[in-house]
Amino acid sequence: MADPSEMTEHPEPLSYPIRRTCPYALPDGYRELLDRPTPSRIKLPSGKLAWATTRYEDVKAMLGDNRFSSDLRRPGYPLMMDHQVPPPEFSTSLVGMDPPDHTLARRAVAGDFTPRSINRLRPRIQEITDEYVDRLLAGPRPADLIDAFANPVPLLVICELLGVPFADREFFLRTSYILMNAGTPEAGAHATAELMGYMDELVTSKERVPTDDLLGRLAARRGEPGVPDHRDLVGMAFMLLMAGHETIANVVGLSAMLLLERPELRRSLTADPSRWPAAVDELLRYFTIAEIANSRVALEDVEIGGVTIAAGEGVLGLTVAANRDPKRFPDPDAFDIERVDRSLAFGFGAHQCLGQHLARTELEVTLATLFARVPELRLAEPVDALRFKEYHVNYGLHTLPVTW
Amino acid sequence: MRIRTDPERCIGAGRCFLAAPELFDQNDHDGTVVVLVDQVTGDALEGARAAVDDCPTRTLSLTEG
Ligand code: HEM
Ligand code: SF4
Repeated sequence: MADPSEMTEHPEPLSYPIRRTCPYALPDGYRELLDRPTPSRIKLPSGKLAWATTRYEDVKAMLGDNRFSSDLRRPGYPLMMDHQVPPPEFSTSLVGMDPPDHTLARRAVAGDFTPRSINRLRPRIQEITDEYVDRLLAGPRPADLIDAFANPVPLLVICELLGVPFADREFFLRTSYILMNAGTPEAGAHATAELMGYMDELVTSKERVPTDDLLGRLAARRGEPGVPDHRDLVGMAFMLLMAGHETIANVVGLSAMLLLERPELRRSLTADPSRWPAAVDELLRYFTIAEIANSRVALEDVEIGGVTIAAGEGVLGLTVAANRDPKRFPDPDAFDIERVDRSLAFGFGAHQCLGQHLARTELEVTLATLFARVPELRLAEPVDALRFKEYHVNYGLHTLPVTW
Repeated sequence: MRIRTDPERCIGAGRCFLAAPELFDQNDHDGTVVVLVDQVTGDALEGARAAVDDCPTRTLSLTEG
């Protein structure tokens, strides 16, 4: 098996993660990789090398090919840091599984995440959104839109989905907030332990008295193929919280920023709300906030875009670049809601985002409601003064001061 | 053209349903694809091609006949 750290490479491999400098333009490092004729190698924070695919067709071919594994415990998997190998008792839930096990596990939950199932949640998403617009309007000006709106709404939607009782929601919001904003590793570890403990109790209570929500239904189906056992269900509940909260909050924040700078577009969307789904797809493409999960290790030698990725070598699908590939998206740096092609913002292949329809629906409802109900909303600080998560796993804004 | 599926691969991602709801539906239980119309011609071909291209697991394909 080839050791990726021994691969020699010209030109000098770029370091990854690549800093995201401007919220609107494709950062230079991605541009450079996209301009190279074939996939090339990048250097991870661990010091190891991995392949980077950047062209739309190459990323799609790689992620759609089951000869690449998502098993993060497998040698050669491109972890950012070596110490990130999860301990054996930690359930990697769906994310770290490969077909055919993954297919069964995914189907056990897929029914709850189809467009039709998510549509049934829409009225609750609307109510939660309205409640937080009410609170925003009743609160002080200027306000931080992230803190007051973008964060709590997706958290409460996760509560709906999982079936977190109303009495526990204050605790749930507070602890998730501490987890996301932990100043020290100890504070983060403490909040993680508290939430894992809470999920464990929640799952146990659903096992005793099954309720009509995701966790309750899965607890009642225990023993069917692919249906998680107690430990995996606790792991899955925690994973859904991690995957479905900050991601949406980041896109809501970035989207609000972009739309607040484009009054014409904002007004035209408010006048014709049927265009929101297309706008949301374009916002997802434009900001492509998450790509690190698109990492794989080759199970055998596979040719992608003119290079051979050898068995045991790691590869990343850099969708930030692929979603700006001019061959697929003409004039890629233009924000254009008339595009018809869907992007790779939710990844591709067997692990394509489970929550994608929920995410789209939440983005549509939150943004449409915010701009319809607060037409005089405006930025309280210029975009240049805003602080972005330039090196984070998920791209987004730390705060977004707004007024009205 | 005929729409073919390789049902073992489907993860119920629902991209086919988004691309062409007139041709595809999903099983309520596990989200897997249900092909509503398997012989496609004319305008329907465009939706079928978009779904084939966008299906993340390559479950769908189009063949002659
Ligand atoms: C705008 C919001 C979101 C974005 C941009 C996003 C993006 C992604 C990406 C890029 C992947 C990785 C695909 C891969 O490994 O190749 C993924 C996987 C996943 N996402 Fe999301 N996601 C979002 C929201 C959500 C929400 C709301 C949930 C659930 C409540 C969710 C749950 C998951 C799960 C469970 C996986 C793993 C699926 C699997 O391994 O089969 N995501 N997401
Ligand atoms: S897009 Fe593909 S994986 Fe998703 S439901 Fe349709 S056929 Fe299945």
